[in-house]
Amino acid sequence: MQLDELYRRVIMDHYKNPRNRGTMDEDSVTVNLNNPSCGDRIQLQLKVEDGVVKLAKYTGEGCSISMSSASMMTDAIRGKTLDEALGMADKFSAMMQGQPVEFEEYEDLEALAGVSKFPARIKCATLAWNALRKGIEAGRRS
Amino acid sequence: MNPLELRKQFPILDQEVNGHPLVYLDNAASSQKPRRVIDAIVRYYEHDHANVHRGVHTLASRATDAYEGAREKVARFLNAASEREIVFTRGTTSALNIVARSYARAVLREGDEIVLTPMEHHANLIPWQQAAKATGAVLRYIPMQPDGRILLEDVEATLTDRTKIVSVTHVSNVLGVVNPVKEIAALAHRRGAVMVVDGAQSAPHMKVDVRDIDCDFYAFSGHKMCGPTGIGVLYGKLDLLDRMEPVEYGGEMIEHVDYYDATWKESPWRFEGGTPIIAGAVGLAAAIDFLTEVGMDEIDRHSAALARYAYDRLSAIEGVTLYGPRERTGLVTFNLDGIHPHDVATVLDTEGIAIRAGHHCCQPLMRKLGVTATARASFYLYNTEEDVERLAAALIKAKEFFGHAIG
Repeated sequence: MQLDELYRRVIMDHYKNPRNRGTMDEDSVTVNLNNPSCGDRIQLQLKVEDGVVKLAKYTGEGCSISMSSASMMTDAIRGKTLDEALGMADKFSAMMQGQPVEFEEYEDLEALAGVSKFPARIKCATLAWNALRKGIEAGRRS
Repeated sequence: MNPLELRKQFPILDQEVNGHPLVYLDNAASSQKPRRVIDAIVRYYEHDHANVHRGVHTLASRATDAYEGAREKVARFLNAASEREIVFTRGTTSALNIVARSYARAVLREGDEIVLTPMEHHANLIPWQQAAKATGAVLRYIPMQPDGRILLEDVEATLTDRTKIVSVTHVSNVLGVVNPVKEIAALAHRRGAVMVVDGAQSAPHMKVDVRDIDCDFYAFSGHKMCGPTGIGVLYGKLDLLDRMEPVEYGGEMIEHVDYYDATWKESPWRFEGGTPIIAGAVGLAAAIDFLTEVGMDEIDRHSAALARYAYDRLSAIEGVTLYGPRERTGLVTFNLDGIHPHDVATVLDTEGIAIRAGHHCCQPLMRKLGVTATARASFYLYNTEEDVERLAAALIKAKEFFGHAIG
């Protein structure tokens, strides 16, 4: 087990220079999610127009994996339709199960593939994506 | 006491993890088991197992002797007045739940007070929250010093004549502080309240004398003290236990049953509905024999000395924040500046070092400390200063790795 398989440079870059971190005042769907086993928490805000994600922002506290994953996810889904975003969430889940996947549209995500070899950390990586699913569900209901 | 000799008796510790000899520092969560405890459980299943209390055949009486013999052993271990004061439970959580469900709901009236400390484990917090909601009682908290100590003057100032229950952890699973439970019990009794002690982190590490503490209830878990999972103990003063309603109804706990009503056995059996945790009790008895032979006072000295050694060693590393006072036992809780404890724990795991990272089932205390999570290294009788050195070296490595990775 090699540390740099997990903590790839791209991950550390998102951890240190998070994209889309913060909140928005505009009309948006807000989701709060925490990981009760470890205390990590995320607040995700989605601004959706005509079924397209215009902007995604997050705040939260957590480890390098959960926070970098949130940074990448909010970047990756911008401009995507809700179905496309959900498709990426499914692909991300598959990657966490160790399946080979490619994110042509946002390659940074592939840096998180190594997490699948650290079973205890998979829930860190999926926190933001679970918030996304919840947010899309809530947005469609409202 | 020689930790390296003792370590040889724990088969699981003799292995490499991620290419390094295992250093197990997650004992506050669960300790490992010596060969003789494992053997006692195997021997029980291979030779003596049957259901207890009812059978007339030889195996049934052997199993009953083993189970009730374990109860006597626990009674001596805690210096209880009688083995009838020893209720076997699944662990500390279920022991505390018995008190909070049975005793608390029978005595609490609206406006009565349950007094806790801010450092309680969820197991000694949520049962009381629920008892308060069910009865209209209120929760009150003894203030805590910034370093985690509880002062008796604060205990005195918190207790009132409406205080009916005081429930305090003996040793904090986060701060490592040893609370003055004997003195708190005396103050509680002066107000006419009962004293409940969460002993999950004290029973493994120190000699506990429930009559000297004069607590009314004391709860602990077997698996944190070299015993198997799934077995724990509720000690209760007999006059209290005998007045309490069972919380589970069924076989084994009854005296007389007809179609419309039933009566209960006396304590402790009225609290042990269903087939009890016989093999667990056998394993716990073997663990108590082991610990008693090593010597609880020796273990106490070792745990406290190692915790202080770790406190000093980690204090010397730049960027480490420690939580709780230096005077402590069994564990150190800490953070590394700018590195989340999960990341610390993952780096340590790649070095073969097992620690815990998270909120340690103490979310309110974490908020009080101003953190969402911490790392915790917790020790037992097989750990050494060398283990602490491996921990310190790995922490420095984590700092370097993240320094480079982030910087």
